[in-house]
Amino acid sequence: MTEQHKPTFDIGSSGSEYKEKYGFFDPEKYVFKAKKGLNREIVEEISWMKNEPDWMRQYRLRALETFYQKPMPQWGGNINDIDFDDIYYFLRATDKSERSWEDVPDDIKKTFDRLGIPEAERKFLSGVGAQYESEVVYHNIKESLSKQGVIFLGMDQALAEHPDLVKKYFGTVIPSADNKFAALNSAVWSGGSFIYVPKGVHVEMPLQAYFRINAQNMGQFERTLIIADEGSYVHYVEGCTAPIYSSDSLHSAVVEIVIHKGARVRYTTIQNWSSNVYNLVTKRAVAYEDATMEWVDCNLGSKLTMKYPAVYMMGKGAHGEILSVAFAGKGQHQDAGGKVVHGAPNTSSIITSKSISKDGGRTSYRGLLKVYPGAVGSKSNVRCDALLLDETSRSDTYPYIEVDEDDVTIGHEASVSKIGEEQLFYLMSRGLSEAEAATMIVSGFIEPIVKELPMEFAVEMNRLIQLQMEGSVG
Amino acid sequence: MTPHLEIKNLHVQVEGKAILKGIDLTIQPGEIHAIMGPNGSGKSTLANTLAGHPKYVITQGDVLYQGESVLDWGPDERAQKGIFLAFQYPMAIPGVTVANFLRTALNAKRRATGANGNSKSISIPEFRKLMIKQMELLKLDPTFATRYLNDGFSGGEKKRVEILQMAVLNPQLAVLDETDSGLDIDALRIVSEGVNAVMNPQLGILLITHYQRILNYIKPQFIHVLVSGKLAMSGGPELALQLEEKGYDWIIAAAAK
Ligand SMILES: Nc1ncnc2c1ncn2[C@@H]1O[C@H](COP(=O)(O)OP(=O)(O)OP(=O)(O)O)[C@@H](O)[C@H]1O
Ligand SMILES: [Mg+2]
Repeated sequence: MTEQHKPTFDIGSSGSEYKEKYGFFDPEKYVFKAKKGLNREIVEEISWMKNEPDWMRQYRLRALETFYQKPMPQWGGNINDIDFDDIYYFLRATDKSERSWEDVPDDIKKTFDRLGIPEAERKFLSGVGAQYESEVVYHNIKESLSKQGVIFLGMDQALAEHPDLVKKYFGTVIPSADNKFAALNSAVWSGGSFIYVPKGVHVEMPLQAYFRINAQNMGQFERTLIIADEGSYVHYVEGCTAPIYSSDSLHSAVVEIVIHKGARVRYTTIQNWSSNVYNLVTKRAVAYEDATMEWVDCNLGSKLTMKYPAVYMMGKGAHGEILSVAFAGKGQHQDAGGKVVHGAPNTSSIITSKSISKDGGRTSYRGLLKVYPGAVGSKSNVRCDALLLDETSRSDTYPYIEVDEDDVTIGHEASVSKIGEEQLFYLMSRGLSEAEAATMIVSGFIEPIVKELPMEFAVEMNRLIQLQMEGSVG
Repeated sequence: MTPHLEIKNLHVQVEGKAILKGIDLTIQPGEIHAIMGPNGSGKSTLANTLAGHPKYVITQGDVLYQGESVLDWGPDERAQKGIFLAFQYPMAIPGVTVANFLRTALNAKRRATGANGNSKSISIPEFRKLMIKQMELLKLDPTFATRYLNDGFSGGEKKRVEILQMAVLNPQLAVLDETDSGLDIDALRIVSEGVNAVMNPQLGILLITHYQRILNYIKPQFIHVLVSGKLAMSGGPELALQLEEKGYDWIIAAAAK
């Protein structure tokens, strides 16, 4: 029973048995200066700085080797321009570059104004505040939560305070060898959230964390792990409430979720990185018997996003749901979608994807539906709709379906539509400007997903869509 | 006195094809004009042209609204200035509630004109009161406020919601394109009463219909018959009864001479 969290089959290529070459590391020799680039020393430094247990240090180093060995993926978007040696993998508070409010570009300030973001939060979001780089900076733990036994900590802190719990689950859902960027994250991760919800506990309010990229060329490699014990419920919201100031950056997170029998987890993301961020994220949940996982994934920002939240349904009656919104404006490519894997009988899944392309932006829906033999009575329904706002924009669909069981019900529907002249005319004939009319049609198009967001995020989302429609974001 | 709406020698093409071939029509505030005519004669073309549909190209003539040519105004500007078209085939806008849409439209109009001496946005409670009042008038179930605009509405429901929009937006010139088509007997009465309730001395109505029946409720002073893109005959209310009895052949024949 304690081993229950181990997937019943390999859910990624397992890391090759790597023999630790460097058993000893002397921190005294180390020059403590933030450096660009990726090598064993940097990884050792990160681990040392965080005062990590040895197993984590070794885990990181093995992951680094895996990262070196794995080729760059040549599908999805173009990531060949990423220069891994030109990135800061870890910045300490002592040598981070302080930025003043005056340095924040005017258009970002304006965007904050229009979003109605309070002063304190603006400074925080633009990296002016005195927070530590690449740590989770905003944790709002209500006292009642800890009384219920809920653990909600930054990942680094969780490793320090609950090493056994972290060790038990860390890397079990997404092995470091899963893909090149999961390996990178496993080697250099920093920050992220850790949540443990005990048996039967329902966390009523959504838990939130804000992430940000402060320094230029700063990689953000947060690592999140959520464990929902039997019959529990939690909703985690990951939102950047504003465009985030940064020059070319790499954001490569790993999010692992384990949902035990009868529990339910919802994970909501509103991704609005500025349009020079590569956003390459691996998100995966394992759902056991009668457990439910819901990903609500909204991607508005970034230069390129490659992200396919996954649900592995490993216990009978498990349910997975992925709601995905992607908006690609000028110069953006959103390669998003979802992955559902049916590994047990009577499991069910729904993927709903809505994508919008504008001003030459490109959206791709990339989905995998996999049904293993023996997953009898499983059901899956995939629906992806794309909306093109002009002739120069592009949308593609890559639905992969691998079904190795006969007794299943599968539905797949896809549509691509252009914003209709007649719809625009209808709305304009009531006094809406063309831009207002188009925005309204787009808002309506994604409404089925937006209505799933908590109220304040739905409002936020509509504002962001409005800004995107005016082309003033990014 | 400047006419409320003055259509002068209007020629309109759609996709390179001439549809309207010289229409002259003047409507004063407080007047109701009905246009009847065979299928394909150009009634909706006239309605769409007045509302500013980009596909309908005016090749000759002019349309003056309160003395100003509307030709350079987009559909939004026309609406903001008080022109309203109840569509023959209203479009569905999935995901957009009737209430949200109507409030946005009302605010767009207020912003543009400072209507009611108030250019500020209408507050949500104030709007809700206004909308509920008009919905009651049209015997529309309150759940329609939160339904997606025309999405899955029956034909008759769409027509009712068109008139709801008219009632909320309170235009000065309303073109009703076959608002009576698709309505059951009770709905016809309710919708007609709705139109009559909105009617006021500042409002001019151009009512497009195929049937005399609606004219039992909404009383036009003028009836025009549109045949092949031209007004072939105009008259008083009695003309509708004649058409109901005799059809269009005699007019088409007369027009051909
Ligand atoms: N958008 C369009 N594209 C192509 N042809 C059009 C378009 N709109 C109108 N037409 C053509 O113009 C002519 C007049 O159409 P219109 O819709 O104005 O007729 P109508 O009098 O409203 O007919 P009905 O009584 O059937 O509603 C028809 O031949 C129609 O096919
Ligand atoms: Mg017509």
